[in-house]
Formats: sequence, C-alpha cells, structure tokens
Amino acid sequence: MNDSLQGPVLETRGLHRTLGGGADKVHVLRGIDLALDRGRTYSIVGPSGCGKSTLLYLLGLLDRPDSGEIHLAGERVDLAGEAERTRIRGNKIGFVFQFHFLLSEFSSAENLMLPMLKQGRMDREEAYGRACHLLELVGLGDKTGRRGNQLSGGERQRVAVARALANDPELILADEPTGNLDFQNSLSLFEQLQELAHELNRTILVVTHNLELAKACDATFHMKDGVFEV
Amino acid sequence: MRQNILIAWRFLIAKKRAMLMSLAGIVFGVAFFIFTQAQTTGFEDFFIRTILGTNGTVRVQDEFQNTITSMMVTSEDQDGQFEIPLREGRSYVAGIRNPQQILQAVRKFSDVEGAAPVLRGDIQISSGFRTEAGRAIGIVPTEYIEVSDLEYQIVQGDLRVFENTPDAILVGNRLAERLAIMPGQFMLLSHLGQTRRYEVTGIFETGIDIFDKTHVFIHLQEARRLLNQMERVSYIQVMTKNPEKAPALARQMEHALGHYVASWQEREKSWLEVFRVLRLSSALSMSTIILIAGLGMFNTLAIIVMERSREIAILRSIGFSRHDVLTIFLFQGLIVYVLGTLVGFVLAAGLTKGVESLPIRIRGIFSTDHFVVTWSPWHYVAAAVVAGIVVIIAALIPARRAARVEPGDVIRGTGG
Repeated sequence: MNDSLQGPVLETRGLHRTLGGGADKVHVLRGIDLALDRGRTYSIVGPSGCGKSTLLYLLGLLDRPDSGEIHLAGERVDLAGEAERTRIRGNKIGFVFQFHFLLSEFSSAENLMLPMLKQGRMDREEAYGRACHLLELVGLGDKTGRRGNQLSGGERQRVAVARALANDPELILADEPTGNLDFQNSLSLFEQLQELAHELNRTILVVTHNLELAKACDATFHMKDGVFEV
Repeated sequence: MRQNILIAWRFLIAKKRAMLMSLAGIVFGVAFFIFTQAQTTGFEDFFIRTILGTNGTVRVQDEFQNTITSMMVTSEDQDGQFEIPLREGRSYVAGIRNPQQILQAVRKFSDVEGAAPVLRGDIQISSGFRTEAGRAIGIVPTEYIEVSDLEYQIVQGDLRVFENTPDAILVGNRLAERLAIMPGQFMLLSHLGQTRRYEVTGIFETGIDIFDKTHVFIHLQEARRLLNQMERVSYIQVMTKNPEKAPALARQMEHALGHYVASWQEREKSWLEVFRVLRLSSALSMSTIILIAGLGMFNTLAIIVMERSREIAILRSIGFSRHDVLTIFLFQGLIVYVLGTLVGFVLAAGLTKGVESLPIRIRGIFSTDHFVVTWSPWHYVAAAVVAGIVVIIAALIPARRAARVEPGDVIRGTGG
C-alpha cells in the first residue's frame, strides 16, 4: 500500500502565523498541531478572530506560516515554491468559501470544467461529463447550463461544493460554507458535504460558527487565541 | 492556455461598453496614423518623383580646385624653415570645360543609368507683342530623355518633331499660357543683343510651377549659339539606378572628377526636411490618439482587476498560477489590440482609397489635381508597432497587479 494512503492526509506541527506589523502586529496562530485522517469530516469552531480562517488558508497553501510544518498526503508542502503550491492546490485541495465566488460569465458546468481543464488531465468532453456528474451529485443535474446569476444562493453554494470536488482532491477545506444560507439550506448542504466525504473517501475540514453543524462532523476542534483548546 | 484566453474573452465582453470605447480608440488611432502617413508620404513621394523626373538624381556642376593657405615657420636656431598648412579651401570655375571627357568618366560609374550635358542661360522670350524673362535649357534630346521624364511631360505637340528639328523649342505650359503660344507657332529668344527664332514643337508640364513658368528647351547646339558658349556646358544631369544612394555616389564623383557634384537630396534638402517634419508631426499626433486610447484601456483593465479580485482569488485557489492570471489580463489587452489593429487597417485602407480620388488643385513645388497617397505596408507595420507598444504597457500594469493579488488576503477580507 502507498505510504501516502496510510498516515493522516494532513498533518501540521507547531504552526505559527503573525499578521500585520508594528503596533498592529497580531500573533494569530500560536503553535497548531493537527492530524486529519482520510474519509472523515472535521470542524473548527471558535470566536471571531481566533485564527480559524487564517489556519485554513495556511492549510490550503494560500498563505505561508512563519514557522512550523505542513504535510499533505505524506509530502511536506509548506516549503514548496510558488509553482509547486499552485500545482498542489489544483490537484490535492478543494475549497468552498463563505461566498460562492463563481465566475458569473461561465455556466455551472463551465465553472467546474475550468479547474479540470487547467490540470490538463482530461479533454473538454471528459471534463464536461465529469462536471455534469458532480452537479448531479449535488442535485443540480438540470442546471448545468445556468450561470451564477440564474441560480439561488443555495444552488450557487452547491455549485461551489461540486467545483471543490472537480479534481478529486485529497482534502476539502470549507470556510463558513453555510454562512450565507438559511438554516434549511445550511443543513442540506452540510449533509451533502458529509455524504460526499464518506462516499468518495475524502477528508473535509470545515470552519464554522454553527455549533449544530460542527457537532455533525466526526471530530471538532475548538480554537481560542490561536491555539486549540483541549 | 486555452482556458486563459476563454476567461480573458469572457471578462472582456462583460465590460462591453468600456472595452468598445478602448477598441474604438485603437481603431481610429491606427486608421488615422496610417491614413495621415499615406498622405504625407504620398505628397513627398510625388514631389520626389517630380524632382527626379525634371532634375535627375545627380548633377555634376562647377569645376573646383583645392587651395591651401599655409604659414612658414622658422626654427628657434634659425637653421630651418617649414610650412604648416592652415586651412583648406576651394575655388570654383563656373560650368564644365571639357564635357565629353566628364561625360565619359561619369558613365563609367556602375550605378549611372544615363548622363546628359545641359547648357543653361537667362534669356528674353518674345511672342507677338509680349516678352517674358526666362531661361533656356540646351539639351541633346536623345540623351536628356534618359535622365529625365521629358517624354512623359509633353502635354501638347511631339517630342520626335523636336528631336528632328534643329531650331525647335519646347515651352513650359505656364509660359505658353502667358505668351498665348501653341505648337506650330514661332517665338524669339534673345540673349545679350543676339536674337534667334524658334518653332514651338511642344508644350511640356513638369509640375514644378516655377520651371513651367520660365523654362524652354532648345537643342544644345542652338543654345551654344544663342548663349555664345561654344565649349562649356553648365552641368551634366545624371540619372542613377538607386536614387537613395545618390549622396554617396555624388561624393565619389566629386572626388574623382574634381567637379562639384550635388545629389537631389542635397539640392532639395529644405523641402525634404519640411516633408520629414510633417510626416513626423502627423505620426506623433496620431500616436497621441493611440496613447489616449491606451490610457482608456489601462483604466478599464485596472477597474476589472479591482472588481475581479475575488474571481482572481478563486482562480488562484483552483490551480491557476500568478502567470496564468497575468496572461489572462494580457490577453484582454491583446484581444483589443488585434481587433483594433485589424479594423483600423481596414478603415485606413478605406479612407486612403476614398481620399485618393478627391479633387484638389495644387500648383507650386509640384502640380496635381487630386490627393496623392502612397500605399506602403510599412505604414501599417509602424501603426501596429505603435499600438502594440501602447497596449502592452496599458495591459501589463493592471495584469501585474492582478498577478500580485494574494488570494488569502482577498478571501479573508470578504469572508470575515
């Protein structure tokens, strides 16, 4: 068996991150140790400004830690160069943000096809087929040709979830994915995320304020002042 | 790459109005750049053709002798004396003393297509009761047509009759008008009390107003008798294969022949300078229009970058590199550039073609009854290069800014 499939999908050791400078300098993360197993769902909860989102961006290689290590699928990635980080983001990590951030000039299917075609592993036809399949999985099989402004808030966020799965990533990072949705839509989306994680054997880490949703995950981390509370 | 072009195109058409304005700027800038260059170059080329057709490319003129002024210096011990050359000068002797020898020498230069002796002198021209001051040009017709466009400049009468009639005369059309004279009639030329009678066998029009108003052509032998100049000629008119190389050839000839030799570029220096300045001025004016269009495009792209920072962040998060983001915004500039330049080319060609047939009466340094234009691919290349430089700069700055967008900062800023 491949080593990368045996250990945790994601592991961090002593992550530190400071934002701002001078008098405005804030020590946001103060030594984060984390290990996420394959096929499980995790949540991070904590008060605003405790460093949840900052941690998520470090894990998603959208930001760099001041110190500490990040290992993704057995590979140390915090020291990777810009091009390598871009490649890892495209292949191994999927993002769902609070705002859907769909490209409004593209249809739902096209929004999903962009990351697939970018990686160059499939042609247009294959990418379109996979996009339709993923939209089917999130219940939008009949809205593949709709643009963002022709979808409801909940539908857009489900397209964003499907987009996060486009390249079959090892890890899906979700930052307040239901933050803009009503309770019913939030619940539905979250259940869908969990189902997908279990069905596809993928790991999901969700940052949320919603304790009800957090409890539904396999494990929850409580964060305060840049560290996990025991 | 295909995705980047597709995203660029979709981003671009989402801002239709602003981009159409930028596109229109590039179209008009490119079109008017080419159009004005076609006109200024057209008139310049027409002027040069007129000048070359009348005066040839090179003229071998007055004989000269180098003179040296020197100073004798005596050594300190008074034993020796030596001479220090102080200044080199020239003394000129008007005209060419031994034209046949010079003609033979001139014809040996490889770039020379033809050479013809010319004797020129001021005269009084009379017809009926009217007299005008003018200038007689004595030529050997068969040789002179090799160094000029005289055979194409005859507007009435026949050059062949002139060639075969020793006492024939060709008269400039403006002079013919003033003297109310036509082919078949006779006129008198006077010089220093001597008067001779000539039959008008043709009217010519060179297009140079002053030439057509004052000049007449007669046979060289007749000119010698009239002007009482039996040996010398005033100059030798030369036509060369490559008019652009005339200055270099003139320097070589001058050195070899010991005669002052003037190229057409030297003779028409002031007019050529006027045309050059006009061409440069119109190019600068039209480049300004392209520059303003570039500023408009810069503004539009900068706004797109600001408005699209979230989309740029998401593109980065789904595997698009900084370089991809840079190329997406550069492609937007490139699309506007390619479309603008191509439409500009078509508009320029249409305008140039349209103006070519517009009537305009010009009489002066040349003569024309319609707009003169030059169709040169270099005008199109120059316009494309100017527009290219402007668009690259206008697109590069916002594109670099877009590539520098930190997705974490953008998402953190909007995501709370």
